[in-house]
Amino acid sequence: MNLKKILIFFILFFFNNTYLYSIEPDVFVQSTVNRASQILSENITKKEKINKLKFIAKETVDIRGVGFYSLGLARKSLNDAQKIKYSELFESYFLKSFSSRLSEYTNPEINVVGKEFLNKNYTIVNSILIGTSERPEVKIDWRIYTKNPENPLIRDLIIEGLSLARTQKEEFASILNSNDGDIEALFKTLDEFSKN
Amino acid sequence: MFRKLILISVSIMLLAFNANAGSDGELVLKKNQPTEIKDCFEKLNRVTFAFNQALDGVIFKPIASAYRVLPSPIKEGVSNSLDNLSTLVTIPNNIIQGEVKKAGINSGRFILNTTIGILGFIDVAQHLGFPEHEREDYGQSLATMGVGPGCYIVLPVLGPSTVRDAAASAINLVGGDAWYNVTVNNDTRYFSDFDYYSSRVTSGIDFRAKNYDAIENLEKNSIDFYASVKSLYLQDRQQKILNTNKIIETQDDSDWEEIETQ
Repeated sequence: MNLKKILIFFILFFFNNTYLYSIEPDVFVQSTVNRASQILSENITKKEKINKLKFIAKETVDIRGVGFYSLGLARKSLNDAQKIKYSELFESYFLKSFSSRLSEYTNPEINVVGKEFLNKNYTIVNSILIGTSERPEVKIDWRIYTKNPENPLIRDLIIEGLSLARTQKEEFASILNSNDGDIEALFKTLDEFSKN
Repeated sequence: MFRKLILISVSIMLLAFNANAGSDGELVLKKNQPTEIKDCFEKLNRVTFAFNQALDGVIFKPIASAYRVLPSPIKEGVSNSLDNLSTLVTIPNNIIQGEVKKAGINSGRFILNTTIGILGFIDVAQHLGFPEHEREDYGQSLATMGVGPGCYIVLPVLGPSTVRDAAASAINLVGGDAWYNVTVNNDTRYFSDFDYYSSRVTSGIDFRAKNYDAIENLEKNSIDFYASVKSLYLQDRQQKILNTNKIIETQDDSDWEEIETQ
């Protein structure tokens, strides 16, 4: 009898938690941009900003997923050792590129304005980067991976309709094409970018 | 002039007729997928791209940098005027694409902005609630008729394009652009060649200034800047042809779907 009660308690607890911790994609994006914005407006060095932004990216971006998407069909011909090596190299490349792009902005104001449910795995969140005297207003859409609703992750940023993941994928394809599909050439390029 | 217009119309009709079989939205989408567009002249394109980058560094970038510090109302006014001039190419293309209502709206927009808006400096139409102006050109019109883009090319000074779009832009020079007609083709008392070419150069500077940070950022963080620019250009072009800015209408999701990380 006691065991039954305990089991029921655990089941209820589990479902309650699932419900409680499910995060809406738009709330997730707004909270992420608010965190990034706060870091960018802090009076700290650029290096410190970059380190903090890297931490946010690790938490909120599906770096492994973006990496394998960027590799396109080439991902199917990698062996396990190459997959591990690629994941490591891509993470370093991505974090450097991502934080470097963001750190150029000072106090960017991004407002979430809507969302579009695509399927159980994806929601597109729409937002606006408020314009300044130096740059016009920019529409930014976020492809959010929601397979695990408790832990939504960013998979793509679509700026004025232009997908960054897709651009990166075509960039990687170009490097592979100009090196006869040699994956080591891509590894070398990613490594050099991260180290420079 | 009349003969030229007839020639253009006939050429467009022939091209459209030739490519009409199955020219529905899906086919247009497929034909203009960035991944479907071949880079047949990649070596030459890369050389031209490097030339354009050098030219940008010497001319466009410094001018755009200075242009950016002008007061916002001036920059906005210049941008509005250039946009207003581009309506003269948009209107005939609205008609070619069968969008007569849009052609009417854009004609109204042009008249209002040119007169009350002081040569387009103020976007009066927008204040009156006209829908946002979506630029159209002859390349987009050919695409909607089912003409494929051909190879990707990089033009000296002008930048990225496709064989179809580059060929179609020649229509502007043979009567398809009313602004070109009154300035270069038929020099009038009020306009000269200088007006046309200065508007084109200003348009380039305006674009460079608006995208100043984005271009710098992209160049700094790209492992293959040429490939990045090509991808962004072709994505943008595909959206303009489909008159959409929704990525879900243009992006093939299948690649994402098979990547499971959770």
